[in-house]
Amino acid sequence: MRGDRRLFEHLDFDLESGQFMYLRGHNGSGKTTLLRTLAGLLRQEEGEILWDDTPIHRIRDSYHEELMYLGHLNALKGDLNAIENLRIDSAVRGQHLDEAAAWQLLTDIGLRGHEDLPTKYLSQGQKRRVALARLWINRSALWILDEPFSALDATSVDVLQAIIRQHLARGGMAIVTTHQEVDLTSGEVCCVVLGARDA
Amino acid sequence: MQNRLINWFKYSSPATFYPVAGRLAPIFWVIAIALIGYGLYLSFFVAPTDYKQGEGYRIIFIHVPASWMSMFIYLVMAGWSAIGLVFNTRLSFMMAQALAPTGAMFAFISLWTGSFWGKPMWGTWWVWDARITSELILLFLYLGYMALVGAIDDRRRADRAGSILLLVGVVNIPIIYFSVKWWNTLHQGATVKMNGQTSMDETMLWTMLIMALGFWAYSIAVAMVRVRSIMLEREHDAQWVRDMIGEQA
Amino acid sequence: MLETLLWIIRRDVTIALRRRTDIFTTLIFFVIVVSLFPLGIGPELDTLRLIAPGVVWVGALLASMLALEQLFLADHRDGTLEQMLLAPQPLSLLVIGKVIAHWLITGLPLVIMAPLLGLQYDLSLEALKVMIWSLLLGTPTLSLLGAIGAALTLGLRSGGVLVALLVLPLYIPVLIFGAGAVEATTSGLGGSSHLSMLGAILLLALLGTPFATSAALRVSAE
Repeated sequence: MRGDRRLFEHLDFDLESGQFMYLRGHNGSGKTTLLRTLAGLLRQEEGEILWDDTPIHRIRDSYHEELMYLGHLNALKGDLNAIENLRIDSAVRGQHLDEAAAWQLLTDIGLRGHEDLPTKYLSQGQKRRVALARLWINRSALWILDEPFSALDATSVDVLQAIIRQHLARGGMAIVTTHQEVDLTSGEVCCVVLGARDA
Repeated sequence: MQNRLINWFKYSSPATFYPVAGRLAPIFWVIAIALIGYGLYLSFFVAPTDYKQGEGYRIIFIHVPASWMSMFIYLVMAGWSAIGLVFNTRLSFMMAQALAPTGAMFAFISLWTGSFWGKPMWGTWWVWDARITSELILLFLYLGYMALVGAIDDRRRADRAGSILLLVGVVNIPIIYFSVKWWNTLHQGATVKMNGQTSMDETMLWTMLIMALGFWAYSIAVAMVRVRSIMLEREHDAQWVRDMIGEQA
Repeated sequence: MLETLLWIIRRDVTIALRRRTDIFTTLIFFVIVVSLFPLGIGPELDTLRLIAPGVVWVGALLASMLALEQLFLADHRDGTLEQMLLAPQPLSLLVIGKVIAHWLITGLPLVIMAPLLGLQYDLSLEALKVMIWSLLLGTPTLSLLGAIGAALTLGLRSGGVLVALLVLPLYIPVLIFGAGAVEATTSGLGGSSHLSMLGAILLLALLGTPFATSAALRVSAE
């Protein structure tokens, strides 16, 4: 439910280790709402979301330990540079990222040389890359990514796909929305299309 | 156990409660009118004239029960909020919202009649007495709650945000009251003490109780009426509302 | 856990230091409000000395309230709030970090500035000392209580005014004991009992408000 509107009902699916879920639907069909609900940011009106057979709101902290959520927003502080942003972000998640590791990460995502710049001066694509850099060091079991490929150039899209494939190969799970056609056919894929029913 | 639980929650669904509220409202209207009418009769014609304060004191038969109700309703709202937050029952939030204007009204009546009473007794419309000041703050808390709920478009958020505010308010009220009292005793020179020592005539006490019960019944009646309109407004999409409108058309 | 707390504080303080105007607007507001009163009341030092504690405290109250709206707004807009809600850490811990940072940015400058303003009102040295103490113990409580209001009104159109309506009644005990402490000192009664009350209220607020703020944030971020 968003406002007074019922967005979806009779939705039922399972996701298992190593599986990839591809969430599609036209604008306003409720993709983001569903992702936020799955992440536990929104409370569903009816029904349950289970993690290891337990409702997620009952095991919030341990569920969030297993979860990596990236929304539309990059969750970057424009006044801080990329290194500071990444280190603080790890700290909020309760992990320690030392300066050397943060530098290495920046090299991995190809942003070396921009490290002193407050992120508000980076381009959209660069900001998105900093935000996605979290995935490089993240070992959570479930990734929920809302439009991760938007604003990325072709090479970055390829790199990100590789990272997601690696994650699945490790036994991770991922739920992704996107408008672009992407090739992620390794691993089991299930696809949910929202908005098939007329409102 | 299962059965009992379901029975309990049956009335918490708006669809079942709507007709119940509709049936209860007139009953409480009758009780309220009867009690308040009788109470007013007692307070104006039966209760003896106070030897110290003369006829003007009669306003306390409205003033005191109104103050009681204003505090009690806030507690009830906080109670509904707690239930709503724990059990996620929509009706509880609606009840809290239905009660708010009535509580605010009683707080206002209490201040207003208090000021009418203060003019002949103390020679001033307003005194920074601990009780009056606390009542004023209570009115602010009511207004804050209503403003917050009114400002949020999303119903679910309005329900929950309002409930959190109410619970925070309930925890704070004793602290506020205590500090205001402390403040008041430090500034005693400027204020006039309410004369609490006059032994109260038995008819006076009865009159006050009857008025209080009348206000109770009135609050319930108004809350029922208001909760019904809140239900309709919010659940206009729900099947039970459509069915009902369909029947009438 | 402690590391997370420190990082949150460090983050917000760093950001505030990089855009210093935000700190100064609150402070200048405080100075202007307090300086307006003599203009409205008249320059008699006896009267001013009498109203000084109340004026400084009301000024501090309004100034710290004005800064509240910004407490969670930036985080809400850029998505960091979402990440904090999803962090596998107790949200109340992160909230405490935010509030401490907020106090360092907006509350502490007020405490430092207040004695100067007290001089305008011809307060004695003893009274100034108590004023600093009362503000030091009282303004953190204002930030803690205010955080609830800021969380409840997060992203609402009329956020700023609404925060005032919600939070000011809750500020009353702090105002009473804060201004009371200074007043008691000037009248020769000694303000220590007021100060211990302020301390007790701060402790209570520290224990209780982070949970209310967390709950409010979860509701508001839906």
